[in-house]
Amino acid sequence: MGYLDGFKVTFKQMFDDRVTNKYPDEKRPKPARLHGRHVLNRYEDGMEKCIGCELCAGVCPARCIYVRGADNPPDEPVSPGERYGFVYEINYLRCIHCDLCVEACPTEAITESKLFEFSFTDRQDAIYTKAELVVGDDGHPQKLPWEDWRPGDEKNTSAWVRATAPSGSAAYEGRVAWSAELGFGIRAPEQAQEDDTPATPRKSAAPAKPAGVVAHGNPATRGPSKSKGRA
Amino acid sequence: MGDPLFSDGINLAVLLIVALKVLIVFAFLLVSVLLMVWFERKVISDMQNRIGPDRAGPWGLLQTLADGIKLFFKEALLPDQADRRVFRLAPYLSIVPAFAAFAVIPVGGTISIAGHRTFLQLADPPIGVLFLLAMSSIAVYGIMLAGWASGSKYPLLGSVRASAQMVSYEAAMSLSVAAAVLTTGSLSTHAIVAGQATYRWNLWILGVVPFVIYLIAATAETNRPPFDLVEAEQELVGGFHTEYSSISFALFYLAEFMNTVTVSAVAVTLFLGGPNGPHIGFLPDLWPVVWFFAKLLVFLFVYVWFRATLPRLRYDQLMDLGWKKLIPLALYWLLLIAALRVGRDQGWNVGVVLIVGVALGALAWAGLGAALRQGETAEVGT
Repeated sequence: MGYLDGFKVTFKQMFDDRVTNKYPDEKRPKPARLHGRHVLNRYEDGMEKCIGCELCAGVCPARCIYVRGADNPPDEPVSPGERYGFVYEINYLRCIHCDLCVEACPTEAITESKLFEFSFTDRQDAIYTKAELVVGDDGHPQKLPWEDWRPGDEKNTSAWVRATAPSGSAAYEGRVAWSAELGFGIRAPEQAQEDDTPATPRKSAAPAKPAGVVAHGNPATRGPSKSKGRA
Repeated sequence: MGDPLFSDGINLAVLLIVALKVLIVFAFLLVSVLLMVWFERKVISDMQNRIGPDRAGPWGLLQTLADGIKLFFKEALLPDQADRRVFRLAPYLSIVPAFAAFAVIPVGGTISIAGHRTFLQLADPPIGVLFLLAMSSIAVYGIMLAGWASGSKYPLLGSVRASAQMVSYEAAMSLSVAAAVLTTGSLSTHAIVAGQATYRWNLWILGVVPFVIYLIAATAETNRPPFDLVEAEQELVGGFHTEYSSISFALFYLAEFMNTVTVSAVAVTLFLGGPNGPHIGFLPDLWPVVWFFAKLLVFLFVYVWFRATLPRLRYDQLMDLGWKKLIPLALYWLLLIAALRVGRDQGWNVGVVLIVGVALGALAWAGLGAALRQGETAEVGT
């Protein structure tokens, strides 16, 4: 049809799906590792996890964290142990959400939620104090008036990557696995994200060869076979 | 003939009916622009897999109104170098013909208001089609003077393009309209519509060619894509209305979309039988209006479809299409139809007339091609 083909294309597009997201009404699911605004976590008994070590402040490339540690009052301790975070402030006009503070924290006291839609109208509001950062009694972050929290968002407050232990599962013995989402409660270890092979070796994979040779390409058993070779 | 409204002389009731019709046409055009802008944005969003305006009012219907209100509250800038009076005058020169042209469009049959029979048409002058062409010529002045008076280079370039383009395509448009006038034997739009009764639409009576030429020429005449070189954003900022803001800009915008509605209405009148359509028993006065607007809507959709599909023409391509293809073709077709009519009146054999006509046409086409090639090589030589 030559010239008229283009008309067919545009006409067909009318019945195609829309690519538009109705953003403020409907939000796209957030990526597992999204870095949002921080929360200061607490233990189940209500004690704060922060010990005031200032490692987060030291590692922060944007110098946006200000921490002052203090000795726990003996009769009313804030955190288990000797010290606690007496002052904890994050300036969100500076924070670049690099997550280095989360990686530096020895007690997992600071983690990041997936909230990035917050717009303060005041410079003072940009500096989140400890009172605003620390989670409530239910373990969920506080919802400040200028933050756009949606139902369910409060459950995603630890969008950081950490190595999970094999937890005694034989299938994970000797392989590095990652959990993208720490979440709440005890979580089972997960597979490495770049490795799609199932944890247990498939029976159909090269059945003619003996088990030891098959295991060569399988990261689940690579560790033990290596150590055997070394011995 | 003319409107039966004036057959018993002019009295107060007749004047009131005319005033009422004026008011209705005026309001209709304003609302139609409002809806046309919304329709265009929605359809083009559909064709681009987007949603389009959906915030103001249900389905975004009031978006244009919101934009218009916003424009009215903006500052009206006057460039330092501008020719003040002409700069102020130009938008009105653009909008008045846009309003006036619709006056001769028949939107329905004959109805009676308070005992007076009248056409559903603001005016039915015996020179209706000439009036339409005159209005589209005056619209050129609005655009040309706007660019000229702005005292700025991009508007000037835009207006030079506009006047060249609109004058060129007006020739092709007039020739295709002349074909419709030739078959009807009248310049009155009402007579043209009446001549197309019982599906003897000019669309196929004339062969499809004049209709297609009219469609292309009208697109160019209203400066719509793919012929929107006049306001090519990538080259000329906003074209002739770059320096305009506030109400003056709104008037240009209004005129542009009103012209789109008007040329579509003219196409429906001249080629698609206007309000003609199947007769349905109940509400006999209503259905012609419905058919008219249904046809109009198809046209408006086609214009939006053009915009979504076709990339903008280069200036030389535009002129080539106008002068070297559309005008010769329209002229040839007009002569062919005239020959067929003369042949019918004189009792000649239709087949012989057709064969001779097509042969002469082929000869002329070959001659034109040879002349154009000659011209190109001569250009290279010098």
